[in-house]
Amino acid sequence: MMPNTEIYNLRVNGKNHEVRDAWVGESLLYVLRERLGLPGSKGACEQGECGSCTVIMDGQAVCSCLVMAATAIDAEIKTIEGLTPDGELTEVQDAFITEGGVQCGFCTPGLVVAIEHLLDNNQSPTEIEIKEAISGNICRCTGYGRIFEAVQTAVATRRAAR
Amino acid sequence: MTVAIPQTLREALAFSSANPNAQIIQGGTDLMVEINFNHRKPTDVIALRRVEEIRNYAYTADKSKVIVGAGLPYQKMEHGEIAELFPALAQAARTVGSPQIRAAGSIGGNLGTCSPAGDALPVLSALNAEVNLRTETGSRDISVHDFMIGVKRNDRKPGELIISVTLPIIQGWQGYAKVGVRNAMVISVASCCLVVDRKLGAISVALGAVGPTIIRCRETEQWLATQIDLKSISAVAPNLLKEFGERIANESKPIDDHRSTAAYRRHAVATLSRRLLVRANTK
Amino acid sequence: MSNATKISTNRDILGASALRPDGAAKVSGKFEFSSDLHAEHMLWGATLRSPHPFARIISIDFSAAYKISGVEAIITAQDVPGKKTYGLIASDQPVFASEIVRYVGEPIVAVAADHPETCRRALAAIKVVYEVLTPITDAEVALLPQTLQIHPDGNLIRHQRIVTGDQDLQGDVIVEGTYEMGMQDQAFLGLEAALAIPDSGGAGVEMYVATQWLHEDQKQIAACLNLPLDKIRLTLGGVGGAFGAREDISLQVHCALLALHTSRPIKMQYSREESFYGHVHRHPAKIWIRHHATRSGVIQRIESRMVFDGGAYASTSSAVLINGITHIQGPYKCSNATVDGFAVRTNNPPCGAMRGFGVVQACYAHESQMDKLAVACGLSPVEVRLVNAMVTGDKLITGQVVESVAPVARCITETDSIAMPAPLAHDANALEIVGGSGLTSLPHNIVRGVGWGVSIKNLMYSDSFDDFATARCRLQDGVVHLKYATVEVGQGFVILAPQIARSVLGVDEVVIDPVDTRIGSAGSTSASRQTWMSGGAVDGACRLVRQRLFEHVGKLHDIDPLRLVIEDTDVVDMLGDFRISVIEASTGVLFEETFEHHHRPTEELDANGQGNCHVAFAFVAHRAVVDVDVELGLVKVIQIATAQDVGRVLNPIAALGQIEGGIAQGLGLAVMEEIVLDNGKMRNPSFTDYLLPTALDAPEVVAIMIEEPEPQAPLGAKGIGEPPCISVTPAIAAAIRNATGRDLPRVPIRPQDICL
Repeated sequence: MMPNTEIYNLRVNGKNHEVRDAWVGESLLYVLRERLGLPGSKGACEQGECGSCTVIMDGQAVCSCLVMAATAIDAEIKTIEGLTPDGELTEVQDAFITEGGVQCGFCTPGLVVAIEHLLDNNQSPTEIEIKEAISGNICRCTGYGRIFEAVQTAVATRRAAR
Repeated sequence: MTVAIPQTLREALAFSSANPNAQIIQGGTDLMVEINFNHRKPTDVIALRRVEEIRNYAYTADKSKVIVGAGLPYQKMEHGEIAELFPALAQAARTVGSPQIRAAGSIGGNLGTCSPAGDALPVLSALNAEVNLRTETGSRDISVHDFMIGVKRNDRKPGELIISVTLPIIQGWQGYAKVGVRNAMVISVASCCLVVDRKLGAISVALGAVGPTIIRCRETEQWLATQIDLKSISAVAPNLLKEFGERIANESKPIDDHRSTAAYRRHAVATLSRRLLVRANTK
Repeated sequence: MSNATKISTNRDILGASALRPDGAAKVSGKFEFSSDLHAEHMLWGATLRSPHPFARIISIDFSAAYKISGVEAIITAQDVPGKKTYGLIASDQPVFASEIVRYVGEPIVAVAADHPETCRRALAAIKVVYEVLTPITDAEVALLPQTLQIHPDGNLIRHQRIVTGDQDLQGDVIVEGTYEMGMQDQAFLGLEAALAIPDSGGAGVEMYVATQWLHEDQKQIAACLNLPLDKIRLTLGGVGGAFGAREDISLQVHCALLALHTSRPIKMQYSREESFYGHVHRHPAKIWIRHHATRSGVIQRIESRMVFDGGAYASTSSAVLINGITHIQGPYKCSNATVDGFAVRTNNPPCGAMRGFGVVQACYAHESQMDKLAVACGLSPVEVRLVNAMVTGDKLITGQVVESVAPVARCITETDSIAMPAPLAHDANALEIVGGSGLTSLPHNIVRGVGWGVSIKNLMYSDSFDDFATARCRLQDGVVHLKYATVEVGQGFVILAPQIARSVLGVDEVVIDPVDTRIGSAGSTSASRQTWMSGGAVDGACRLVRQRLFEHVGKLHDIDPLRLVIEDTDVVDMLGDFRISVIEASTGVLFEETFEHHHRPTEELDANGQGNCHVAFAFVAHRAVVDVDVELGLVKVIQIATAQDVGRVLNPIAALGQIEGGIAQGLGLAVMEEIVLDNGKMRNPSFTDYLLPTALDAPEVVAIMIEEPEPQAPLGAKGIGEPPCISVTPAIAAAIRNATGRDLPRVPIRPQDICL
């Protein structure tokens, strides 16, 4: 398949988006933020060392800054904006607020996506599994304590809901 | 300016023959950093993410080896059959970057970039892996030792694709250990893979991040084989262990850089290799 | 694990763990950070920076860059219409270098173009010819009389002595050492970004920017643009962390200039690499210190020489220096001192504010000394600190009397009461052991160590600075609108301000108006000052409004307003049965008041370093437990126990978040965070090589908050932002010394420092 690099389509949060006049080297993060009006994914390092740009691509949590957008034309991409219908919050998002897991909030969308991905694949993660799952998401404000607490709360809430 | 996203290996090879200078992108975890940092501006790109044939593994006909696809994400090596067959590879895979990087990165990328700090590369070296390269018209297998030429330099020719590595199944012990200055998501300051082939009575030791490319410690390997019987499990005497580490350190060629010093790296590979040798003989 | 207690109340008043009003937006990606801003017909701006630490600019040729399609403007120093320099204390830093560049990363040219990639190409096409000069990168060398002065203001930014008491006293016990600290980066995650929208006709500019202090930015931008203050209107763009790095301006003037030059909106945002070049860092420091003490460990005299490397431009170096020298005694009694402090200019990257502001350096030195003193006197680390612990009423080496609540001994004993963590299990998960998934170490390779750190930190601005904050409160129909210019960087003022209004006025609905320069200054979000200063301003404005409300209700119902109080959400007559809800009482009436909170004045230090230069102090103790692979020099911090003097807890969860976050930053400085410099050049300006603590590096934190309300503080609460990151670094260093027996006179401690 040889897509036209001047115009290509990305499937994000269940919708098709047309990308026009893009430079081939643009990362998925750039295209999401600057071309598709989805600024929820954040950029803080551009080299996969902070996790702020984490999205789900074909069922895997990946750093969108390391995905060449033009190569993702047939992928199913889910961003922070696509986690819930507008105005609703997931258990994870809710727990981040109630447990104080948010300070400046810049790392938060990436962390929320990474944790949603963890909990979708592991309903009762151990403490060390939680830590490993978010070891690629740097938070500079919280020291992670309230984030660990938020994950535990989200796990309990999800369990209670089952 | 083109981006090709072949769905099959045949398509991929056709693209790369037609445009031998196109930039190959696998997981993107190395190449995109270079692009984001403005160090590289590719015009033509061949993305291999949809080529399922290279995202798998398979036994050879005689079951003595496993062919691991160049695009198999590290995440898939951390557990399961690959991890049972090649524990050192699983251990190395788990130290690659973060979970997000391990979902995207693969051996093909490590070999393509050929950084001396590439986490999987010491394992490939210690296992005497063969790198399998293909073009539209031909294929060649090359020892990983010959493939890795220098700092970020390899023997891939224009138009060739790295499609897999062939790893021999070893009866014995294998392990990997890595030093970084953080407890997760860290580039290697020094790493070591040690493999003991009980059947052949041979040992192999490969070092990462302590030279222009991966270093195989052949002199020490041969020396140790003359000192102990590697076919049987036995504790290694302290003085022998000490000398083993010293010899390993002497075979390393580290430099001072912003990540560490040459002296520390020499010390680290001596220590790691000793620890691995002890682990090999206590299991 | 946490000891945060969630106060159960159905109203989010002071003391409750009220939740962030911006929380829902932040967790769902809808919160607008500065880097998320857009405007119609916007251009992108970018900066060309010096590759040399010291060089003369011979020529700048941008003819080729102008030919690139999409490039709309290229500006240099010649295009700065007003003041050519800026700076927080001294205006010594050029907006654009024109003759000399003094550090790697110094801005020379800015461009505006239609796409970030066009900007990159334009920058690459600009040719600057330099005459490379030999950089001065050693602060001690820079101080030598024969050394070339690298700036018209000289190489010495400030020298200050403290000389007090007996200058000849020799203690029975003398311990000394020289301690060094590397350059730490604030490494906030939300990179520098701003959007500037020019007024039609070019008369002014509207800016949205992530900063710590809107009014200071406004002042500096207006001066450089040669425009009246009211023509530069700043609105706070969402701030992704700050930690001191946004106190100086970075891209503000460039962005505004490009907007005026092109008559188009300009967005500028730094990459991570550019961010390392674009903001100031924590000062590297070298501190010699000698303690004289009695045999029982009582400190009698300190001598110290402190050298702070300020880098190429002054920024806040002079204030950092004052903080450093005035805190070198630590939270300990001491009557005799000889201290010499120097803030020095070099061709290293400029240094300025970072959480802890000069006290971090001093604390690492004095706490390292306390452990030496303990050994010399046969005392435990706890004993030696208790013997010397300062109390309220003690006189500092500056002659200032500590009027603040000073529960130093309590901080130490309560920290000491916290249970030690369980020993490392022999079958521990690899990820719980040093080296993590690297499988570097096994439990038998590990030695556990314990260490202590205790600190004193001044709150608010010092040294005669007239520090104030402004807030306006409006009450109508039971709804409060608060207006202030207090910057939210994540610390939680956005939670606290409504808590104050609810407590004072008995309302539930509080709206925070846009944070901008359309009201008086709030001062900077730094120096642990906003809870005290802006909290005081909001409290003051709300109290004035409450007075108006009581007068209104009193008049209407013929009750003496002095008899009225707020009870829950009602106005109540203390001496009668009258009760009316605040909603009802304020229906159809607008009450509006503005309040400026000033802290008490401070003095400049005299030539002998004497004077009441600080406002107030806070204290904290840290005990660190670390696991060390001694053979490989690798460290994992297992537990930090801490008891912090907070005055009063206004929001338990938010307070705990500050404590845990500060600890992680202090941990980073202890064992991994350093900008590595090689002859003025940064070797690791990226997150691959500038290592920040990850979730697997975070220790268990057990925190106790000591509540002894501070009478001076408007809300009884002390600032809590800085203390957590100060003494945790020496505590970790001490724990590593305890495990290894090594001297370790420098942080961050590198593996080779431990094992080679």
